[in-house]
Amino acid sequence: MIYCGVCTLPPEYCEFGGAHKRCKEWLEKNHADMFQKIYPVDGVAAGVSSLSVEKQEEIDRKVQKQVAREEAKAERELAKKLSSKILVKRIERNKRKHIIVVAGLEQIDVEMKKMAKTFASRFATGASVTKSPEGKDEIVIQGDVGEEVEEYLVAYLSKEGLSDIKVELVEDKKRKK
Amino acid sequence: MFKKFTRDDISSRSNIKSSVQRSLRTRFVDQFPNIEEHIDEVVPKKSQLTQVKCQDRLSLYTADGELVFLQQHDDDLIPSLRLVHKLPKDTFPWVRVDRGAIKFILGGANIMCPGLTSAGAEMPVSYEKGQLVAIYAEGKEHALAIGRLEMSTDDITKLNKGIGVTVILFLGDGIWNLGPQI
Repeated sequence: MIYCGVCTLPPEYCEFGGAHKRCKEWLEKNHADMFQKIYPVDGVAAGVSSLSVEKQEEIDRKVQKQVAREEAKAERELAKKLSSKILVKRIERNKRKHIIVVAGLEQIDVEMKKMAKTFASRFATGASVTKSPEGKDEIVIQGDVGEEVEEYLVAYLSKEGLSDIKVELVEDKKRKK
Repeated sequence: MFKKFTRDDISSRSNIKSSVQRSLRTRFVDQFPNIEEHIDEVVPKKSQLTQVKCQDRLSLYTADGELVFLQQHDDDLIPSLRLVHKLPKDTFPWVRVDRGAIKFILGGANIMCPGLTSAGAEMPVSYEKGQLVAIYAEGKEHALAIGRLEMSTDDITKLNKGIGVTVILFLGDGIWNLGPQI
């Protein structure tokens, strides 16, 4: 059983998924024989080939519109990914003690809980995953280890080949509760 | 039914007792007699099923991380779509909808009677109300949803109005999007 690598549906249902164009490219590259079967050269697809010219034109227009929309969406996502960064916040707990909050980790594909565990054992402090007021997961580390965390994250990202994601260390005065 | 299902809804996972596994196995065969010859592929005798408990008393049963069937409360066992894809078409009771219905089903809608009675659709065998069916589509080879009949197939043809099948699982729903490995 083959599933589409782009939209995960069986390839014959790709046309109903959101990214038909990319699905088609994927299928052509990876399973050429199947591509031939689903998208025969004559007619757009089996079942619509018998339509009148007008209807065909209308469908073409619609498809073009959709493709344009998809491309714009992909571009937006890419831009968002490039501009995004991981925030390492140093928050004052009481005068000389600080905690570190790592936010924005959801954009890289890691398991938060595991990451927290790594931090905890690496820096010998408590670390946990909590929900921020906006409803996003972040890692809270008990202990003033901001710079070490930053260093570790930069090293981790370059190892994963994601070095275009920036890591920023910021000082946060206090958090209202 | 599981359009919004995510990993956050999973609360615990545990291996089940072999006696429970045996009873599930027989129950599954009772429900779908045609599966008997394939049951050893689906749930091998020596395998270990894992029960993944979720919210609202929903249990997913997985073998080697692959979802086999799921169960809500103590109801019928519902085969997963990936399982249906693996087995021959006649293993599960099925109906076929016309092409126009596909896009709505993949959006999570229930199936209206006209989608089951028009030219491209087919109901090969008559079933009673409440029967679980795999849903195929005109011009497509694989199932796109699993549903439960809201009225008997005879009534669907007679009334030809309203919801005919409630869709339980469909391609691209929350459960499908958990991925092949849960």
